[in-house]
Amino acid sequence: MLTFTIRRLILAVPTLLFISLVIFLLLELAPGDPMAQVPLTVPPEVKEKMREALGLGQPMHIRFWKWLVQFFWIEPQVLIDHYLGTSFSAGDLRVISWQTRSPVMDIVIQRIPQTLWVVGTAYVVAILIALPIGIYSAYRQYSWFDQLGTFVSMVGFSVPPFFSGVLVIVIFSVQLGWFPSIYDTTHTVDSWDSFVYQLKQMIMPVMVLALQITAQLSRFMRASMLDNLNQDYVRTARAKGLSEYVVVMVHVLRNSMIPVVTVIALGIPSIFGGAIITEQVFKVNGIGQLLIGAIQANDLPMVQTLTFIFAVLIVLFNLIADVLYGILDPRIRYD
Amino acid sequence: MTDKERFVPDEGMAPASTAVPGAGALEELHNPPRSQWQDVWDQFKSHRGALMGGALFLFIILAVYLGPYVWDIDATKIDIRARNQGPSWAHPFGTDQLGRDMLARMMAGGATSVSVGLTAMLLALFLGSFIGVLAGFFKRLDGPLMRMTDLFLALPLLPLLLVMMLLFREPLNAAFGPEQGIFILIVASIGVTSWMPTARIVRGDVLALKEREFVMAARSIGTTNSGLITRHILPNVLSPIMVSATLGIATAIITESSLSFLGLGFPPDFPTWGRLLFDATDYLQQYPERVFWPGMAISLTVLSVNYLGDGLRDALDPRIRGR
Repeated sequence: MLTFTIRRLILAVPTLLFISLVIFLLLELAPGDPMAQVPLTVPPEVKEKMREALGLGQPMHIRFWKWLVQFFWIEPQVLIDHYLGTSFSAGDLRVISWQTRSPVMDIVIQRIPQTLWVVGTAYVVAILIALPIGIYSAYRQYSWFDQLGTFVSMVGFSVPPFFSGVLVIVIFSVQLGWFPSIYDTTHTVDSWDSFVYQLKQMIMPVMVLALQITAQLSRFMRASMLDNLNQDYVRTARAKGLSEYVVVMVHVLRNSMIPVVTVIALGIPSIFGGAIITEQVFKVNGIGQLLIGAIQANDLPMVQTLTFIFAVLIVLFNLIADVLYGILDPRIRYD
Repeated sequence: MTDKERFVPDEGMAPASTAVPGAGALEELHNPPRSQWQDVWDQFKSHRGALMGGALFLFIILAVYLGPYVWDIDATKIDIRARNQGPSWAHPFGTDQLGRDMLARMMAGGATSVSVGLTAMLLALFLGSFIGVLAGFFKRLDGPLMRMTDLFLALPLLPLLLVMMLLFREPLNAAFGPEQGIFILIVASIGVTSWMPTARIVRGDVLALKEREFVMAARSIGTTNSGLITRHILPNVLSPIMVSATLGIATAIITESSLSFLGLGFPPDFPTWGRLLFDATDYLQQYPERVFWPGMAISLTVLSVNYLGDGLRDALDPRIRGR
């Protein structure tokens, strides 16, 4: 198991390097000009100087190397400096956003809490709802509850967030006026009333996201339970005289959770990646919105860094899911 | 790679007659032999959701492609005096802020959205089956091709799609004209970013099929590789391909609408369902019903396709058939 993990970790390095190269080359082809917003009265030679100040003067491979160094060498140093108060990174040039001329990572750190709060809560809520639904609808297969669960999860699959989001805004904030339609990220929780307001503004985005995640997870849980319910060991457990509760909730559930846990792990990168569309609908200024803004403003270092962070998370959690699978199910041996 | 695949027994492709051993020898004597597709259809019919989904999807396709011949108002005709009207006999879905007929726009938008969905699905399916068959059949190609699949799976897709939209819009617009160019761009980028699940499923099935006796028999009488693949392997992996085809339509339609919704899809005067929804959100407070129609159309299409896929999966799986 350990050798497998180490081998996968080592294999992840070239994969990630290659992904960063792909992203870099894609962005390199961009026809957009970062100087497009500069007034026409600025003379060309000044524009050329500005271009060089952004680091655009050098050839492609040097810029890629610089980005790699900045991302993998200087940014960790900044992090260490921040926590330990040392000064390794003093004077080094970090990855700078073209929009704000401030370090990209600082902006990312500012945006992450909003995304984590909204999307993370939705994920937890979805898990809490999906697991019982999946268990019960497998236990009573083809009952009305199961049919209803199937229908609801089909709807959850099919209704895109940009429709369900807009729909709940129409119902709950335009017609009923219960919840604010725009998520206010400057809101601080310091009293009971402000806490209630925070809850109110979180309900709609969390609802929209949770519907989607619940739909997928509950289907998966149901299928996994169904696979196990007809196995011989379940009959043995019943024959031993164990109560139905113990049979289902201990014996079957523990075995059915194995694939479900890995699916949950695989979904975690999307929490960080932010739900781009949901954030856009509810105006949550999280990571997803940052990316959209950066794409529209041609802010290449920002786009490059953000997409790469997403890729790192995906690769990492894929690895974690594979390792978890091996730990939870002793029948699986990777060697 | 993942171990879920290993748990799938390779009897999935067994002919239906052997799936239920000893199911009454007498009946077999009286009944004429049935083809596999008859069994599939019988099972499919018993799945009510799938039947309804199929009928609805057929209806949507007909409405979207043939509807404009019946309802022949031009979707781009601006009638500023008749703007923002509610539903009436002249305009069953009302009109938008420029007085364009919403029903006509819905049909025109649907034609685009459904075409994008179907074409992108075909492209993804072709790529996925091609790579899956190659990786499963030729041992030498398996490693590199599957590493490439993993690599594509590790790419953050929506951000990349957005970046691709941004990058290639101008050159393609210049080459093919604004509508044709963006159509090609969207179909190509959705196809290129969604073939991976199909490839993995097809590879798994091909790996299992390759070891079966009938393949060995075919090989021993001197069938060439290309003959083996087209004659013996491909027909047997048809059912997973069909199931991923239905799911592919659904994801492609949703992705196209998401891109249009984020403002990076088709140009503003060219309606698609996602674009109509996006435009309608500006008038959310005054005319919420305008959001409802395109959103409902997208959701219903995807829902019907998903049910269709669900039914197909059951119908094509001989282990479930006959239960």
